[in-house]
Amino acid sequence: MWTYLFQRLLHMIPILIGVSLLTFLLMSLTPGDYYSKLENNPQITKEKLTQLRAKAHLDRPWYVRYGYWMKDALRGDLGYSLEYKIPVSELIVMRLWNTFVLALAALLIAWLVALPLGIWAAVRKDSWVDRGCAMIAFLGLSIPEILLGLMALLFAYASGWFPVSGVESNRYIGVEDWDAARVLNRLHHLTLPALVLAASSLAGIMRQMRSNLLDTLRADYVTAARARGLSEGWVVGKHALRNAINPLLTIFGYSLAGLLSGAFIIENIFSWPGLGRLTLEALTSQDYRLVVATVVMATGLLMVGNFIADLLLAWSDPRIRLRE
Amino acid sequence: MPPLLEIQDLKLEFGTGSEALRALDGVSLVLEEGQTLCLVGESGCGKSVTALSIAQLLPTPPARYVGGRILVNGHNVLEMDKGSLRRIRGGTVGYIFQEPGASLNPVYRVGEQLIEPLRLHRPAAATEKEMVELLKLVGIPEPELRLRDYPHQLSGGMQQRVMIAMALAAQPKLLIADEPTTALDVTIQAQILELLRDLKHRLGMSILLITHNLGIVGDIADRVAVMYAGQVVEEAPADQLLRRPMHPYTRALMRSVPELGREMGRLEAIAGTVPAVGAFPSGCRFHPRCPVVQPDCSQKAPALIEAEPACHVRCPHWK
Repeated sequence: MWTYLFQRLLHMIPILIGVSLLTFLLMSLTPGDYYSKLENNPQITKEKLTQLRAKAHLDRPWYVRYGYWMKDALRGDLGYSLEYKIPVSELIVMRLWNTFVLALAALLIAWLVALPLGIWAAVRKDSWVDRGCAMIAFLGLSIPEILLGLMALLFAYASGWFPVSGVESNRYIGVEDWDAARVLNRLHHLTLPALVLAASSLAGIMRQMRSNLLDTLRADYVTAARARGLSEGWVVGKHALRNAINPLLTIFGYSLAGLLSGAFIIENIFSWPGLGRLTLEALTSQDYRLVVATVVMATGLLMVGNFIADLLLAWSDPRIRLRE
Repeated sequence: MPPLLEIQDLKLEFGTGSEALRALDGVSLVLEEGQTLCLVGESGCGKSVTALSIAQLLPTPPARYVGGRILVNGHNVLEMDKGSLRRIRGGTVGYIFQEPGASLNPVYRVGEQLIEPLRLHRPAAATEKEMVELLKLVGIPEPELRLRDYPHQLSGGMQQRVMIAMALAAQPKLLIADEPTTALDVTIQAQILELLRDLKHRLGMSILLITHNLGIVGDIADRVAVMYAGQVVEEAPADQLLRRPMHPYTRALMRSVPELGREMGRLEAIAGTVPAVGAFPSGCRFHPRCPVVQPDCSQKAPALIEAEPACHVRCPHWK
């Protein structure tokens, strides 16, 4: 068991190296670089530009640049952001909390709503509940996140009930103190982006829950449990549901990755200063060290999430756990 | 005193309206206390549906009972409320199924599942000691250890013994075994049948054994009912039926049973296939495959007649 876990963790290393290598390659294939926008600036001389590029290793081929980056990264130094002029790691940590709060809220909403609805729809198959859930799922899956986000923004603006951007009101800028009013203000700002983010994953989880449960409700051991005289609640709750959650554990593992990698679209629409927005800004300005750091981190989190999903699956299913 | 189980003219359909398919068409059976009744027939003849109906284990819809009664100790299970039904399930009537591996929940230990019928039907006996006794009763070695095993750690034969132990936990009067040996290999089949016969004598319960194998009937059955296309076509004491089958279908079934120690050529198969539910032929449902078919067989649907005392057959040409 422990060797297996160790092997799994070891396998992540080549993947991370591959992803970082690929990111460097792709970044080098895009036209221009971070300093291109300064070329037309009369105050910056050609010599100065050359100097700046040399300092950021942008005058060397991409694989040499990768070598420099790797050398530092192995010592835990991800370098300075060209745009923000502060260490990349500091920048990420600053944004991490915002992203985490948003993603966790969305995750909780999505799972807490989707699981009961999916179970309800399966148990009352073909009833109006089931049809209603199917309608919600249909809307959730077919409306693009970006459209839903813009609609939410329009709603916030038209009704005036919700703020349209940021994590908190401007009056808290530079304020260090925390009180109840500030927490409420933050929650108020969080509501719409979290709901929109939750809506997109809710539909999928709900349908998955429903179809898994319908499958297990047809299983022989469910009939056998009924034949022992168990009540329908016990049959569904103990025997069917326990087997129906296994595929959902995998989905849950994947969604953990989103907790710390950010949501590009929603963070941009709601001007949410999270990692998703940071990554997008870094990409457009070609701030390569920041891009590589965020991409590698997202990859790592996806793998860790996957790994956690496998652990959960082993914990849940003895056939997997006890396999030789 | 009413018989333990009496099924009267049971009619069951799947689906509704013009698409309804009649899976059971007037099935009647009687099983007295302490007796073993074998329900024999090919796949799709309705024998499993009949067995599952006794404790209302078919999901309704799509199944729909359109006529008849199922009396357990004189009470009609088709009209029972949920509470009474749950006392029947596992309490008066215990079930074992075809695939023991699929009938045990893979994520729970044997003990966690075996305790369930005890808690429900005999709360005072819901102890580890009683579970060990039950596993001993069905011949499982080292029962204390097996209680902590997951189903997939047991062999098929052991899994079926666990299912039997679970069915026996509430000391049912009737054990319904739906093809309990089909998924097991031949030596294990014999062991399980031997176990059932032994348990029946020791515990004095009745057994309804569903099988498609006439070969095992002689070992265990008191009476036999042969089903074809949703109807009982012959019903008689086991020795009599095996010695002198009356219905052409029963005769054909018996010719298709291989016998040990008897030199023979190719096994005989019954020509044609079992008609699908909803596509039953007119008149006698067996007439397209019948070797002794008469001109009037496709016209008139034969009734179940008492050919000899306690012997019923659904064929006017049985002599």
